[in-house]
Amino acid sequence: MFYRESGDFKKTYQKDSQTFPIKFDRMRYYFVLAVAFLVIPMFLTDYMANAVMIPFLVWAIAALGLNILVGYTGQLSLGTGGFMAVGAYATYKLMTAFPGMDMVTVILLSGLITAFVGAMFGLPSLRIKGFYLAVATLASQFFLVWLLNKVPWFYNNSASGQISAPEREMFGVIITGPHATPVAAYLFCLVFAVALAWLARNLTRGRLGRSWMAIRDMDIAAEIIGVNPLMAKLSAFAVSSFFIGIAGSLFFSVYLGAAEVTEAFGITVSFAVLFMIIIGGLGSIFGSFVGAAFMVLMPVLLKNVLVGGMGWPTDLAAHFEYIIVGGLIIIFLIVEPHGLAQMARVLKEKLRLWPFPH
Amino acid sequence: MTEPLQKMEAASKLLELKNIDLSFGGVKAISNISFDVMEGEVRAIIGPNGAGKSSMLNVINGFYHPQQGEIWFDGKQRRSMKPYQIAYQGISRTFQNIALFKGMSVLDNIMTGRFTHMRKNMLWQALWKGPAEQEEIENREFVEDIIDFLEIQAIRKTPVGRLPYGLQKRVELGRALAAQPKMLLLDEPMAGMNVEEKEDMCRFILDVNDTFGTTIVLIEHDMGVVMDIADRVVVLDYGRKIGDGTPDVVRNDQTVIDAYLGVSH
Repeated sequence: MFYRESGDFKKTYQKDSQTFPIKFDRMRYYFVLAVAFLVIPMFLTDYMANAVMIPFLVWAIAALGLNILVGYTGQLSLGTGGFMAVGAYATYKLMTAFPGMDMVTVILLSGLITAFVGAMFGLPSLRIKGFYLAVATLASQFFLVWLLNKVPWFYNNSASGQISAPEREMFGVIITGPHATPVAAYLFCLVFAVALAWLARNLTRGRLGRSWMAIRDMDIAAEIIGVNPLMAKLSAFAVSSFFIGIAGSLFFSVYLGAAEVTEAFGITVSFAVLFMIIIGGLGSIFGSFVGAAFMVLMPVLLKNVLVGGMGWPTDLAAHFEYIIVGGLIIIFLIVEPHGLAQMARVLKEKLRLWPFPH
Repeated sequence: MTEPLQKMEAASKLLELKNIDLSFGGVKAISNISFDVMEGEVRAIIGPNGAGKSSMLNVINGFYHPQQGEIWFDGKQRRSMKPYQIAYQGISRTFQNIALFKGMSVLDNIMTGRFTHMRKNMLWQALWKGPAEQEEIENREFVEDIIDFLEIQAIRKTPVGRLPYGLQKRVELGRALAAQPKMLLLDEPMAGMNVEEKEDMCRFILDVNDTFGTTIVLIEHDMGVVMDIADRVVVLDYGRKIGDGTPDVVRNDQTVIDAYLGVSH
């Protein structure tokens, strides 16, 4: 009824190609942003921040990054955990080596370092495709984790082999370290998530994004149009790793505070992020957020229902949680193989015509 | 076609192939073929299956590198190049089996054809507002002209995977045209079409040739079409050239007739 595009004529190409062409969508987007920036911080409890909001934002950034590589460029990667570890360790080294550097610079630099490492590991993608590339990136996952464990320089020779984030503040508010306020940490992550989503949208809608999708859909045709496959794939690896590096950096410095590489950035992380984008929707920015929300919220929700609501013992609930989440993933993939974003798209199409389908 | 000979005399050679040899292992796909393409003409390559027609296009296009021979394009001898570098030289093509980007809309497919004409680097694109958006809009205007030209306005936002075969072929032509090529290679543009769609396609090809002055090299099996729209025809058989000339000359050539109909022994 109210979800109408009739009468909403676009008179310029600029207007026609905007991100939310329908006014209602645009308004809803601004509304969500306003709630995220203004309303949520007022009601944010420690538990909500640490168990739900911050991990959601961090994983959403990682999912965005992986989606650029897998969803937009079609290069399957299982190296996400390793690249997040690079981001985290880069942050640690930068924070300890340059105590005066502000956090935004530290995180952006960590992203750039990861982008460089990612581009290096993207080199094989020119020769190998599909599952074989997945195996090659899997090698990078194990290699990076091994390297960060093996060379004590990366963790400043600490006896435990752990890295821990020193205290840093922005605008006089502590955002990292044990005394960080959850609201500040949340807002810090939110700014990054929003900025990076905007960046991802810009990169995927233009010339570069089209060259990525061209490589994904038909690499031979892409080449005769003038797309250099090496540049397209490497830029996708670099941009993707930039996002993933920032996610790793935030994950370590803002969320975990202290991390040990095999535990925090193991192969399970790579799979979790891959699940997020498959469930959320490949090649969709909105899908990255939905997938991250699903994978973060579902366990929390189940735990609350099973332990809090039904009074199950914690260990039993923890195991059931795995079963239910796994089952839900399978159900979702059968019902809608193109992910939750596609579901939203279909719903929108239907709403456009509702209540008169003809 | 109006006076093909006159048209040719005025024009210069856009592409010249000299003694091209191409083999895969022991199989000779093309042996010692030379021919030229004049600026602004419609040049057809015909021949029975396996004659080396598609290999010929792939040589022009840079997918295959001939073991011997010279390729002259636009007055310069071509060194060994990658296909994407050749795109920047002004050659674009369509494929025998449609090679569209299935996950993208018609508009995005044709916009991708503008790739070589867009210059703004990654940082500008990341910011979007400003030069990148400006460039995008300029190219969008060009693409909309092509959409008008091919009469596919109504489907510009449809994902190409959903379109019927004939329209997909048309979109692919649009994508090739978007690059504003000097030379357009069409690999069986009318394969699998009904008469009506074939007529449409012929009209588009001739219009492209007329309005944009694009040189066209096409492979086609429908002899009626070839004889109607081509200025000159090259006939290949078993990787050798067996005929070259205007449609009328080729049609009456005994070797060509033998190749197509077989020789009685």
